[in-house]
Amino acid sequence: MNNLSEDEGTTSSKRIYMDYTAGKPVDPRVVEAMLPYMETMYGNPSSVHSFGQEAKQATEEARTKIAELVNAEKKNSIIFTSGATESNNMAIKGFAYRNKDRGTHIITSSIEHMSVMNPCKYLSTRGFKVSFLPVDQYGFVNLETLEKELTDETILVSVMYANGEIGIIQAIKEISRIVHDKKAVLHVDATAAVGQIPIDVKAEGIDLLTISSNDIYGPKGVGALYIKQGARVEPTIHGGGQEQGLRSGTENLPGIVGFGKAAEIAKKEVQTESERLTRLRDRFIKGLTEPIPYAFLNGHPVERLPNNVAVRYSFIEGESMLLSLDMMGVAASSGSACTAKTLEPSHVLRAIGLKHEEAHGSLLFTLGKQNTEEEVDYVIGIMPDIVKRLRAMSPLTSKELKE
Amino acid sequence: MEHFKNPRNMGEIPDADGVGTVGNPVCGDVMAIYIKVKDNRIADIKFKTFGCGAAVATSSMVTELAKGKTLEQAMKITRADVADELGGLPPIKMHCSNLAADGLHAAIEDYYKKQKVKGMKK
Repeated sequence: MNNLSEDEGTTSSKRIYMDYTAGKPVDPRVVEAMLPYMETMYGNPSSVHSFGQEAKQATEEARTKIAELVNAEKKNSIIFTSGATESNNMAIKGFAYRNKDRGTHIITSSIEHMSVMNPCKYLSTRGFKVSFLPVDQYGFVNLETLEKELTDETILVSVMYANGEIGIIQAIKEISRIVHDKKAVLHVDATAAVGQIPIDVKAEGIDLLTISSNDIYGPKGVGALYIKQGARVEPTIHGGGQEQGLRSGTENLPGIVGFGKAAEIAKKEVQTESERLTRLRDRFIKGLTEPIPYAFLNGHPVERLPNNVAVRYSFIEGESMLLSLDMMGVAASSGSACTAKTLEPSHVLRAIGLKHEEAHGSLLFTLGKQNTEEEVDYVIGIMPDIVKRLRAMSPLTSKELKE
Repeated sequence: MEHFKNPRNMGEIPDADGVGTVGNPVCGDVMAIYIKVKDNRIADIKFKTFGCGAAVATSSMVTELAKGKTLEQAMKITRADVADELGGLPPIKMHCSNLAADGLHAAIEDYYKKQKVKGMKK
């Protein structure tokens, strides 16, 4: 049997992080920008004195940088929140409640993040009707179904820019055209895409856009919602009336400053970094699938996030692969970290038509700034033995493969 | 962790006296336990598992617990015994230890059934 030897076990000194979608390090330049706002410039942006003014100025500069990153028409279209989950909640519940007199129908896709899925499900218990669009085997939203589902009652369509679990990038421009033809509003959750793909809310026709700070190497606990002029949402958090009355609570100043710095860096570096990641990604996918029988790619080979490597191996199970990789110092994921609390396979993998056992056999590597070609080659090198060992253990391994 | 890294008794027994297969791919775990019986004792036992780390570890542990035991003793190995021997399992993984004990019991029942059939043939 192909046991992992002791010296290659948990004592392995090599540590390789390939779970960037679950959490990213904060860029050192961002940390540096944030520090003064914790130690010396701690004023409240709502205060009149100079401490308050410098805090206010820092907040507005950050707002401008985020507006520039997604090409928003003006900085006041950006509302700071506590992160992508809050932005998605605000976009969906806030828009639905504010516009319920115009209609009560909402459309979303069946591969959205839980922070879109669950607000939609919640609204369906509060008098709204929600349609979940099917996707094809790659994860593309079916545009014909979207067209058919849109009625005069439809007020909002929410489709993610790209899916962090299978990497698929949606045809947002096309979707926007269809949605706007029917006078509905388009919300796009761009959490996984911002910083990896240049996004232009004006050119692509996006009305509401969710942006996360940590996903662009900014601090955790801060995010934003872009709201196009004219689109109206109701606040989901009530209080002192900060953020144009849409999101009360004293601003998370260091977080917002860090988010702004991260946006500035992302805008400058997105092109070169995504080209580098795309090269690494394609090398990785090839190396993980070609030498191993019954290995497949989840998602689309080309319309894919530059950092996303999602594969699956028949007859074996994701968590056993994760543990085996962890023993060799490699951190990966079997799907969305947000769904790891349940034993059910991910709704995304089920929606692209994978059987339960196929979905359970999925493995997700998400790359980032610190990954190198050497690291990718190391994982390509250890994967065949991990798969072989687990297949030798599995009662599902097919007879052909054994021979 | 040790039982995941170096599982004991992994494999198949081609001429097993009893085989127990439990679980299904929907929940993500399938286990097969093979036993060889001699003088009413489990002389050899092996397993195959498709599942998470806990599923592999519990299958390995249940084979260690059952080896050399009489069939009656082995039938008494409970789900809790398996989890306790491993030093406890997180609540969400308890079903894995259930599966391992169920697999063992299913293998023994299969053995009894086969013996009955043999007896009838005689």
